[in-house]
Amino acid sequence: MSSGTDAGSLGSAGNPLRVAIVGSGPSGFYAAEALFKSPVTVRVDMIERLPVPFGLVRHGVAPDHPRLKQPVLVYDKIARSPGFTFLGNVTVGRDISVPQLQATHHAVIFACGAESDRRLGLPNEDLPGSHTATEFVGWYNAHPDYRERSFDLGAEAAVIIGQGNVAVDVARILCKSVDELRTTDIAEHALNALAASRIRDIHIIGRRGPAQASFTFKELRELGELPGCVTLVSRSDLDLQPACVAELDDRNNFNAAKNVEILRSWATHSATMADKRIWFHFQQSPVAMAGTGRLERITLERNCLTGPPFGQSAKGTGATFDLGCGLLFRSIGYRGLPLPGVPFDSLKGVFSNTAGRIGDKPGLYAAGWIKRGPSGIIGTNRADAVATVQSLLADLPLLDARPKPGAESLHAALAGGSQVLAYDDWRRIDAEEQRLGLVLGKPREKMTRVRDMLALAGSKQESCHDG
Amino acid sequence: MPHIVTDKCQRCRFTDCVTTCPVACFHGDAQMLYIDNVQCVDCGACVPACPVHAIYEQSELPPDKLEWLAINAQRAPALPIIEDKQVPLPTAEARKRELGY
Repeated sequence: MSSGTDAGSLGSAGNPLRVAIVGSGPSGFYAAEALFKSPVTVRVDMIERLPVPFGLVRHGVAPDHPRLKQPVLVYDKIARSPGFTFLGNVTVGRDISVPQLQATHHAVIFACGAESDRRLGLPNEDLPGSHTATEFVGWYNAHPDYRERSFDLGAEAAVIIGQGNVAVDVARILCKSVDELRTTDIAEHALNALAASRIRDIHIIGRRGPAQASFTFKELRELGELPGCVTLVSRSDLDLQPACVAELDDRNNFNAAKNVEILRSWATHSATMADKRIWFHFQQSPVAMAGTGRLERITLERNCLTGPPFGQSAKGTGATFDLGCGLLFRSIGYRGLPLPGVPFDSLKGVFSNTAGRIGDKPGLYAAGWIKRGPSGIIGTNRADAVATVQSLLADLPLLDARPKPGAESLHAALAGGSQVLAYDDWRRIDAEEQRLGLVLGKPREKMTRVRDMLALAGSKQESCHDG
Repeated sequence: MPHIVTDKCQRCRFTDCVTTCPVACFHGDAQMLYIDNVQCVDCGACVPACPVHAIYEQSELPPDKLEWLAINAQRAPALPIIEDKQVPLPTAEARKRELGY
């Protein structure tokens, strides 16, 4: 039972609540915000494995959606709160362990997202030419982990398996002209590769029907508005079964209703209307991938839908057909990665939790995609993080009330190891990226190599002495 | 193209929307909420959060609610930001049923 100590009760000025947040994306920052708004005195130490913060807002949101990156202004403000410390280039599970964090902090919130992706589970899935949307998005968004990937864009067709917003982003970036992308913060190496792209046909393939597609309708609609591209849907795919119609009639399911409305409006389009074509295919699943030395074709099976409304599942009919395919992106969902010391739900790809509480001893929490799975958009994580912090604050009487050393002891433990970056180092990298972008007519040119970021952070600042 | 809160919010004021806004662009008076169209980043997270679908993207505004574009633009900046969920108005549940939800 925790009671007051000489330093004061937990959450008082003499004994602040020290929380380590692992991950610096939206859910991490919204958790920090909720902690700072709480009535207790709190210190937040945010640990990020990359040198730079902001998670998917920096590395996921597409370059041609700059307004969706505005939340970083909110995160920047949170980062400037007194009591906030950023530790970049620190990997929990390698540079520091979870038990160590539990010794230096009263509570740990994992907000580390879903860095991996779901596999199709097919032989030959890793043949050259078979990629994940995760790596393509990371590559064009200058994520250091994906800097060295290459994509053969010399074929005329690309296949995307999956019908969510990430699939839409991949299609849109492949369809847009270099001129349209040139003034965005897309990585220069990607811009150069896309300039040589010969892709003209993009096939977006989903295992269920139009009513079950995961796109948010705004993103879907945008595909139909791209200059020089035509979206194509077959009328037979829009002939919906009663169970699907029932799903669309539910007033709370209006995103799906809007999706179908948009898809229906495209049924009159024809392939000759534009030079680039985005084809939507429904009720198909890849069941085989083949090729010699690289991907050359896939086998698709037609599905039927069975089950009640909102329980429609895809069932293979046995009818298959082959499709020549040299470039494929699987986009069937991100997936969290396990961490030693934290119970992992391998079915869902999340840390096992109830209302954000991990395990049966208080002190470990989850927020964002590592808590609820890879669904929702940026703002969805705000309510999620607020709820996790509510669980944490309710647990205050159960936590070890002794003062904890926090960031100071983390720095000591990490000294002599890899370079730890502070938030001020991010500001310098930020300024440099904007400077590099200016030359190219872009809002920024992101640095793509960790060693360059570390070098910039470590370089001696030229100071101006005023006397 | 901003998102707009319409009169369906009146007599409800559920405020579920504010919990999903990544940029805290909701402002409110005693009757309803409004979106600051300069701060709104058009992410659309608020739209499914509202129990009575009071929020529309500009291009989806029904013809009889077009005036709400200007009303949100005028009123929002002058009112306090509402960032946290608040208790709905006492008439909220009845209004929700009346609206067919």
